[in-house]
Amino acid sequence: MSIEHTTTVQESASLASTHDHHDGHHEHHHEESFISKYVFSQDHKMIAKQFLITGMIWAVIGGLFSVLFRLQLGYPEMSFPILEDLFGKWAAGGRISNEFYYALVTMHGTILVFFVLTAGLSGTFANFLIPLQIGARDMASPMLNMLSYWFFFLASIIMFASMFIQTGPASGGWTIYPPLSALGQASEGSKLGMDYWLVSMAMFIVSSLLGGLNYISTILNMRTKGMTMTRLPLTIWALFFTAVLGVLSFPVLLSGAILLLFDRNLGTSFYLSEIVVKGEILPNEGGSAILFQHLFWFLGHPEVYIILLPALGMVSEILSVNSRKPIFGYLAMVGSLFAIAILAFLVWAHHMFVTGLNPFLGAFFVLLTLLIAVPSAIKVFNWLTTLWRGNLRFTPGMLFAIGFVSLFISGGLTGIFLGNSTLDIHLHDTYFVVAHFHIVMGVASMFGMFAGVYHWYPKMYGRYMNNTLAYIHFWVSLIGAYLIFWPMHYQGLAGMPRRYTDFSNWESFKQFGEMNRFISTVAMIVFVVQLLFIFNFFYSIWKGRKVTTQNPWGANTLEWTTPVRPGHGNWPGEIPEVHRWAYDYGKDGRDFIPQTEKISDSESKH
Amino acid sequence: MATTMNIQRERIHPHKFTLWVGIGSIIMMFAGLTSAYIVKRSQSGWVMLEIPFLFWISTLTILLSSVSVHFALKSFKKRDLDRYRKFLYLTLALGVAFLVMQVMGFYMYREMDIRITGAGSNASHSFILAIAGLHGIHVLGGIIALAYIAIKASSLQRREYNIVPAQIIATYWHFVDVLWIYLILFFNWMR
Repeated sequence: MSIEHTTTVQESASLASTHDHHDGHHEHHHEESFISKYVFSQDHKMIAKQFLITGMIWAVIGGLFSVLFRLQLGYPEMSFPILEDLFGKWAAGGRISNEFYYALVTMHGTILVFFVLTAGLSGTFANFLIPLQIGARDMASPMLNMLSYWFFFLASIIMFASMFIQTGPASGGWTIYPPLSALGQASEGSKLGMDYWLVSMAMFIVSSLLGGLNYISTILNMRTKGMTMTRLPLTIWALFFTAVLGVLSFPVLLSGAILLLFDRNLGTSFYLSEIVVKGEILPNEGGSAILFQHLFWFLGHPEVYIILLPALGMVSEILSVNSRKPIFGYLAMVGSLFAIAILAFLVWAHHMFVTGLNPFLGAFFVLLTLLIAVPSAIKVFNWLTTLWRGNLRFTPGMLFAIGFVSLFISGGLTGIFLGNSTLDIHLHDTYFVVAHFHIVMGVASMFGMFAGVYHWYPKMYGRYMNNTLAYIHFWVSLIGAYLIFWPMHYQGLAGMPRRYTDFSNWESFKQFGEMNRFISTVAMIVFVVQLLFIFNFFYSIWKGRKVTTQNPWGANTLEWTTPVRPGHGNWPGEIPEVHRWAYDYGKDGRDFIPQTEKISDSESKH
Repeated sequence: MATTMNIQRERIHPHKFTLWVGIGSIIMMFAGLTSAYIVKRSQSGWVMLEIPFLFWISTLTILLSSVSVHFALKSFKKRDLDRYRKFLYLTLALGVAFLVMQVMGFYMYREMDIRITGAGSNASHSFILAIAGLHGIHVLGGIIALAYIAIKASSLQRREYNIVPAQIIATYWHFVDVLWIYLILFFNWMR
């Protein structure tokens, strides 16, 4: 039965609005061309794969950049002629120039934060899981969804192009603080590369907003019959809060970026005041550079939760499925996600403790920042109690989910240090900060993403990824992550600052030379192992072990009631009705009870 | 089947819902800009904001356009497509007039001898350019959408019975109207 004949709650909504579209529906489903199936696809599952693969390409580029600057940090005295062959004047004499180093660091941050862990993570899993897990044929607006990907693609092209212009890409850090980023004469990276960065990010914000609007609208309006909000899997709750954060905070970054574009190109003075560059006195007066930091961090802080929340949700789901136990404290999990989403908007100034912020005001931000420990601790407690006495199945997805919990704990604890404004005076801009956010936000979210890819790969491609490669990938990544970032805590406590290319002539920090070399070596090994994952991913698309059952993990959620390789519309017949929550594992002597199964007489309704 | 259709009718249309979330997002953007304005204003070196007289006339224009789009929608509901088209074109004309007046308003600063960009400019007038300019882009988006349904309504080949697109565009139009009124009052009080 084709989709347009099964009039369901969802269908009536989208069909009612598009009468004229209705006629074109037939050919769209039955004679899909290569272009409409793989390129300009409006199928949420294909769009998810587009986000994922684009994100993976970016991850390799961003990761490679970190290997390059780690090479400089680990071996500052050595010269690598191959770098000069590859990068020309940027690595004259085989040594990475200061300008190039900053460009690498800036691009590494921008790419990983926005292009990989925002678009690649929530773009992939929000698109893939929302319609499948709430029981919808597609997003509320498949068209906006498609546009969301193509704006991301456009942003990617512009950012990529910025790396090939003569003056190089933006190099003022991913936070692009003015006045450095506002004045072309201040550095090479503040010239054309900065404009590319801003335009690319504007496109990226449009992409995020189109996606976010759709996710919210779909979750609230398109759930199948019986799927009440409290029966939603935690993945959907997490993706919902992620979208809300994005929709409310990205526009503020756009405001800040637009004012910066004005300052750069129209000679205004929003952020600039009384500046002398290279002996030249600039006419700008009355601006405030701190204003930009407020606007930036009002997005910037929610942004780290935009990165983290999807991982929190997926990990909750994967831990429960593979422990064969209900998630512990479902409502507490939802409540803590909500609390984190609210607090995300109230802590931005903790990035600005040393900008001359009033210490009295700072005290409030300290309090609110430390409050985040409460919902975070609730989540950790619930994950551990979910694992406790479970029948653990160590699938690759499960291992990465457990690894996530480990990283979330160790990275979260250092947040308590940094959230104190007094300690921050010492720790600000040191490697302690680098270690903290890489573990809790960077690596942890990457682990959430890997967990999601391994777990839902059978649904995406109808095949499994190779387990042996996955186990190597997991153990090297987990051990590597700790070996890379743990020592940075010591460096940071000793006061070693970020953003320096060479510590060998610095009396206080040259003692860390060996340690830096060690970190760099591990970073390279971990990078190579990620390539193993990428090989595994693409190899398995064609050659992986085939999935033969509809529900390979024995999971309760709706995506496993679809055919092994679902077409556009997800369910060939009617969308199933939901009768229970997603976590009936090990209940009444049964291993699992899918959400579609009716409540029996001996059960109470929930 | 009939019952599920009825349930759907009572709930808000997903596209309308998406619009409301989008409006929330746009509000955040202008909240960011106007709070930046407030922060900037409290610092030293602020020059008092001058508002060209034309901006008040444009305010009146966009208010009228909101009334006009309201009548357009009303006519659509009464199936009076002729009146619907006329009011759509009126709204469109008023919208374009609004934008033209906004642009002319910024040229009036030159006569008032106030620099809004470049050397010698002050953040207060740069702000009004950035904020009103961004608002103008949002109005332009509304004009394009209005033009699209106006052209569709004028086509003789197809009769349109679906009110949702018109309702969504009308809601958006009212929103950019209210947004401008907020902005002009904000600028007026927070000089």
